[in-house]
Amino acid sequence: MSSFWSLWIIALVAINILGSWWLLQANRKIAKGEGATTGHEWDGIQELDNPLPYWWYLMFLGTLLFAILYLIFYPGLGNFKGLLGWSSTGQWEQEVARAEAKYQPIFDRYGQMSVEQLQSEPQALKMGQRLFATNCSVCHGSAATGSYGFPNLTDAEWIWGGQPQAIEASILHGRQAQMPAWGPALGDEAIKQVTEYVLQVSGRDADPQLAQAGAEVFASTCAACHGPDAKGNPALGSPNLTDAAWLYGGSRAEIAHSVRAGRQGQMPAFADQLGHERVRIVAAYVYSLNEASGQSSP
Amino acid sequence: MKHDFIENNIGIMIVLIAVVISFGGLAEIPPLFFLNSTTEAVDGLEPLSALELEGRDIYIREGCHVCHTQMIRPFRAETERYGHYTVAGEHVYEHPFLWGSKRTGPDLARVGGRYSDDWHRAHLYNPRDVVPESNMPSFPWLFERSLNPDGITAKMAAMRALGVPYADADLEAAPDALRDRSEADALVAYLQQLGTVLN
Repeated sequence: MSSFWSLWIIALVAINILGSWWLLQANRKIAKGEGATTGHEWDGIQELDNPLPYWWYLMFLGTLLFAILYLIFYPGLGNFKGLLGWSSTGQWEQEVARAEAKYQPIFDRYGQMSVEQLQSEPQALKMGQRLFATNCSVCHGSAATGSYGFPNLTDAEWIWGGQPQAIEASILHGRQAQMPAWGPALGDEAIKQVTEYVLQVSGRDADPQLAQAGAEVFASTCAACHGPDAKGNPALGSPNLTDAAWLYGGSRAEIAHSVRAGRQGQMPAFADQLGHERVRIVAAYVYSLNEASGQSSP
Repeated sequence: MKHDFIENNIGIMIVLIAVVISFGGLAEIPPLFFLNSTTEAVDGLEPLSALELEGRDIYIREGCHVCHTQMIRPFRAETERYGHYTVAGEHVYEHPFLWGSKRTGPDLARVGGRYSDDWHRAHLYNPRDVVPESNMPSFPWLFERSLNPDGITAKMAAMRALGVPYADADLEAAPDALRDRSEADALVAYLQQLGTVLN
């Protein structure tokens, strides 16, 4: 702040305090005697003209004194920082440093342990649950069961892999799915065929003739990512198409839409926001969900 | 000055009240217009693109700021959840700012990049599809209505007059950036840049 504006503020504050004090003194009347009136009278009711009660006068002085002390100790007078050197960001830094001193050793300890080792640390899993509720539940749901377009984390189906390292990598660096839109390249007929084929490999009713034609489309177009047996590839984030888990719904129409328009599901990266130790703890929690449901990870 | 005199002359009383009240405002408000920390943009701050600026107006039109703040206070409880506390220099290109004053929903000052575009679209269409506990209203019409490119150049020129550093090229390219885009596209673009200049 320039010294002009600093002086401007100091002058206004001083005028304000002195003015308040002057106003108080100027109007502190000498008692005119018990029962003196202002001379106003309405319907026989008279207005008494008593001086300010002494306790009230002292309280006013007290507020002025408080203001002066406040301005001495806290920043308020332009560039003067106050004797205590307080600032809102300074208070925040202290708060963070205090919390760091308390919690960082815990995070450091858990950060050294593997996801598997953390499975036997109830406190770590509880912390993971809290972190999940704050950061992950918005997309994956508070019970981690996911929703349309956001994977269920409690089942055995993992698009990007369910091993501890894969889960941790997904959280740290995020994931970007790359299912291209095949509509323009394939045309309506081929999409219809390959949709029937996908229904067939996932074990549901499909038109056998269309599915047979679809198998060829699949082999030339889809197998590169989803594999010749349509079981997917966690390294590419291409889902297994033969199971009952469907990120975008498994209906005929949804599958056809996925093929035609593509899917670009995105998991944001949390490395910057959470840091490695916290990510390890969240990964342990997510891993534990799968263990708890009694399904082994692939 | 005698108390009786002030009480009996209402005009003088009004003037004196105005003078007394203005002291506080004069000390608190005018200096802010001349402080570096409130008038200079933080490093890397870019003006909103045409699409984001349209999204911002939709944000205002739908009253998002009534339930969502864009102001992270310097308390650990807030910075743990939302990220770095808000600084004035992030908002120098905002006319008006959308800090808000009430959180029915979470703060959005750093929501940019926190969720995917798909999530935002699903969530705007019907929040309960992704957050079953949510009490946020649905905004399905954003997906049906397309943006009108006619007013954007004038809008950006107005922003420039208020001090936002748009180049002539930005204004010329603006209408094309809005063509065939839905209101949802604009709002998501706006949300995805919020707070990304600081982390």
